[in-house]
Amino acid sequence: MTSGTNVVLIERQPEPSSGEAVPPSHVDSYVELERTTVTYGRAPNLVHALSETNLRIAKGDFVALVGPSGCGKSTILKMVGGILRASSGFVYVAGREVGAEPVRIGMAFQNPTMLPWLSIRDNVMMPLKIVPPFRGQYRKKRKGEFRDRVEALLAQVGLKGFGDKHPWQLSGGMLQRASLCRALVHDPQLLLLDEPFGALDQFTREELWSIMQQLWMTRRPTVLLVTHDLREAGYLANRICVMSARPGRIVDDRVFDAPRPRNLAMTYEPDFVAMTQRLRELIVEARSDEPAVA
Amino acid sequence: MNSNVNRKIASAVLIVGLFAVWEVLCLAFGVSDTVLPRPSQIFVTLWQRFPALWPHTLQTLYTTMLGFVLGVGIGVLIGVLIGWSKLAYDVAYPLLVGFSSVPKVAVVPIFVLYFGAGTVPAVLTALIMSIFPVVVNVATGLATTEPELEDVMKTLRATKFDILWNVGLPRAMPYFFASLKVAVTLAFVGSVISETVASNRGIGNVMMIASASFDVPLVFAGLFILAALGIILYGVFSLIESRITGWAHRKTEFAMG
Repeated sequence: MTSGTNVVLIERQPEPSSGEAVPPSHVDSYVELERTTVTYGRAPNLVHALSETNLRIAKGDFVALVGPSGCGKSTILKMVGGILRASSGFVYVAGREVGAEPVRIGMAFQNPTMLPWLSIRDNVMMPLKIVPPFRGQYRKKRKGEFRDRVEALLAQVGLKGFGDKHPWQLSGGMLQRASLCRALVHDPQLLLLDEPFGALDQFTREELWSIMQQLWMTRRPTVLLVTHDLREAGYLANRICVMSARPGRIVDDRVFDAPRPRNLAMTYEPDFVAMTQRLRELIVEARSDEPAVA
Repeated sequence: MNSNVNRKIASAVLIVGLFAVWEVLCLAFGVSDTVLPRPSQIFVTLWQRFPALWPHTLQTLYTTMLGFVLGVGIGVLIGVLIGWSKLAYDVAYPLLVGFSSVPKVAVVPIFVLYFGAGTVPAVLTALIMSIFPVVVNVATGLATTEPELEDVMKTLRATKFDILWNVGLPRAMPYFFASLKVAVTLAFVGSVISETVASNRGIGNVMMIASASFDVPLVFAGLFILAALGIILYGVFSLIESRITGWAHRKTEFAMG
């Protein structure tokens, strides 16, 4: 398997084109940021979180956003999720301005944010209680179809039999798996991941990469992943965008279409290491006004 | 669990010991029962006068519980309202603080003026005493919902009501139950004060009359009844709290009593 891994790097301008693993993105971009800026606060204390950013993401693509901390990666995620409004410019999801189209969105954070009073099963089921069309069927199917659906998903991430447990009875890694299940249970078209594996130990993290890849390959949602881990970005994403320090903007945008399913051995191959090395340099450059850490 | 049992035994010993010391000291120094009756005298009085005391006990319990229930209802409504909206929170908070810092005893004469002496002022005093802790706790519970949790709900396009119902209210439950324990004791204070000032029924009134006729054992008997009622109600709400919001106290063992 390892010998068959073929790493292809295509450097390019921040303008989408299609690589092998990317569906035809010039036809329709599923997520689009057009001259989007974000500022916080008022005149004297105005903070530019994001300077004019253009970004187009094709339907079913897996895009990773990397960059120094505080560069506005999470800001982009929140705008696409409809939690935060752009100060100027536009954010489109599914061809319409964000919020206009009822897109099913799943979101997972570094913190699993499980509700402590609910069992793991009820936590995972929460989106089905809120999001249409499941919402209307919730009472009827809660103990039947929906329950089976949650159980199947829990089994897929290695939490079989933990549905009745409460959050405090599970470890951090297990909670993060449950959090992924909650993000996916309503079959989202768009999955927003804000460093979901950031707080986990190396082994758990790598295991969850593999699970995440599996889930993406079977369901093919459009994924936007914010991460600090360049190996993670390379393992999971089809495309990696590097952002500059605040006020953030995208300084590098590259397609990375190694064949799938990818494995951990791939991340130690020279080509892959060279790519992460290159990304690292870009990030160091991007934060050059800060004291550089070699 | 063994240490838990030991602790319970120790606190029972403490209570019995306190009574024993009290008894012995009164006997040793020959304290008159018009100054400080011995516990044994108080219990005898309780036993002998019980038929006369019982209706007053029920009256006090009734005014307290009625005022408490109404107060909690109103408190929850106001708490949800100001915890739900940041604007309402900022606007209403100064008023609430002002309201809470008025000594509630001072409003009893006003209630008596409006409604006459008796049951109504007692209920109302219990009511206003129990509102404030409930309002503050419910509002705090709602206002401290983790922002990430709200973000998850917002990406699901949850309505404000969805968030309130599924996240805010369950999250505020431990705060709410903690406030119930405080509110029920305060409600007692309120109704007894009102009975003392203006009523012809209730334990407060009994104590008032007994002290006027220097029947000091009876005054203390009334005090013991109030203490017993207070402990019982506190215990009941502690029990309900640990049943319903056990998830919030999973790390500490909440032993009641």
